[in-house]
Amino acid sequence: MTKPPKEYINDVVSGIKPSGIRRYFGIASEMKDAVSLGVGEPDFVTPWHIRDEGIYTLEKGYTHYTANAGLKELRIEIANYMRRRFNLEYDGLNQVLVTVGGSEAIDLFLRTVLEKGDEVLIPEPSFVCYAPLTSLAGGTPVPIVLKEENNFRLKADELRAAITPKTKVLVLPFPNNPTGAIMEKSDLEEIAEVIRDKDIFVLSDEIYAELTYGESRHISIAEIDGMYERTIIVSGFSKAYAMTGWRLGYACGCPDIIKAMTKVHQFAIMSAPTTAQYAAIEALRNGDDDILMMREEYNGRRRMIVDSFNKMGLHCFEPLGAFYCFPNISSTGLCSDDFCEKLLYSKKVAVVPGNAFGDSGEGFIRCSYAYSVKDIQVALDRIGEFIEELK
Amino acid sequence: MIENSEKLLELLEKDGDISLENAAAMLGATTAEVAETMDELKKQQIIVGKSAIINWERTQWENVNAIIELKVTPHRNLGFDRIAERIYQYPQVKSLYLMSGGYDLALMVEGKTMKEIAFFVAEHLASMEAVISTATHFVLKKYKERGVMFKSENKDDREVITI
Repeated sequence: MTKPPKEYINDVVSGIKPSGIRRYFGIASEMKDAVSLGVGEPDFVTPWHIRDEGIYTLEKGYTHYTANAGLKELRIEIANYMRRRFNLEYDGLNQVLVTVGGSEAIDLFLRTVLEKGDEVLIPEPSFVCYAPLTSLAGGTPVPIVLKEENNFRLKADELRAAITPKTKVLVLPFPNNPTGAIMEKSDLEEIAEVIRDKDIFVLSDEIYAELTYGESRHISIAEIDGMYERTIIVSGFSKAYAMTGWRLGYACGCPDIIKAMTKVHQFAIMSAPTTAQYAAIEALRNGDDDILMMREEYNGRRRMIVDSFNKMGLHCFEPLGAFYCFPNISSTGLCSDDFCEKLLYSKKVAVVPGNAFGDSGEGFIRCSYAYSVKDIQVALDRIGEFIEELK
Repeated sequence: MIENSEKLLELLEKDGDISLENAAAMLGATTAEVAETMDELKKQQIIVGKSAIINWERTQWENVNAIIELKVTPHRNLGFDRIAERIYQYPQVKSLYLMSGGYDLALMVEGKTMKEIAFFVAEHLASMEAVISTATHFVLKKYKERGVMFKSENKDDREVITI
């Protein structure tokens, strides 16, 4: 071997920057008395009846692989769920693929459809995986900057301006991490109008679909006229059922794409974890009340945290989904990174700088309310003091 | 009164310490409205008290609890209420319920020692005219009380991850 191992790493991977999300956590976790509003996963543990089902199937010895696409029973339950909650018809046997978390489904889809040079439109700020996964699949990520004045929703003119002949995929990450923004039916109709006569596929990441707080339920773009055929919905159990560690997600869409994604999945992953799949069946059959309970709890915290930020003078638009709020910190005169660093060192509160989710997140911070009311209160009191001292 | 006073009750049941400001923010109401609702709920005897949940096992103080089943003869006109009234006046009786099933009244009794509780049962309960029989079950360990688990530690074990 003449060259060092580092030089074997390909340019795409070398070029991927480390995520800014983790930056302040590492420091915070070493710090005594630090509090965090940084973590992007539910603070609830998986409801007991779901855990119990997982344990029970282990006791029975259900420890083998499942079919590549996932347990048949689970795929049928996922199809039932999509019908029950979103009026969407999928055939559990050839339109549903069970994956290792929603993230695997995103990766599979991009690897399945992208060819070199294909452009993927990624509204930002958004979850950090879309651009690197696009690059890894040979595509070109094209960010669309979402604006606070539009409540961080994607607008038709913004989309229209970003489309080129090379555009192949539009990512729709709503309800959104980190902003908490949602897309209502009318917003989606505008988007559908723009892409209807174009060859653009939609990757709709609806992992937070169960966590919306507006008057009406979450609407999927697949429900809009003419969009069903060209939409892959990616979702999972992590957020709705507090099952992050089980690593289970799924994709629903037209049979050809799902079949092709399954081809990639079967070689890379084989099948998603068996115990998790059995537990997920129980979640879908008997977990509606758990979702309701958690949503209610998040909703109370959401109101409290948004109210607090606005009272301390950090403007925070009302997030109607997920479990994040995204206050604007530009009035402090600090950039996101300085704000987070100073806040951490002076008040021991860890939050995530908005620019970790794309350049357009500069001037904002992401605060998760997947924390107990008591923790949130301590963090808010300290942030309040921090803001006062800056004045 | 705020419209969703049931939600307020749920918040208070979960955390009796919650501040007016937080409760108001969480319910989407003003602090004045929440304060007024709480007064009204107290007036209506819906909110009847507020107490901390204490894991006495982690203190140095001895404290014994027992669940006592009583079979009783109901009073001719007043049913079980008359006898219940005579029992719940004792400060040792922390809770008292009328039950369906194999016995009539269930009591949660607290004392300093097992002996103290045993004497209380023998002297005050068993000797009541209406009491037919008693069965005393001492609590050996509390795992969960009013929805709160008595675990050794309650720390956030979520690890650092890019989400």
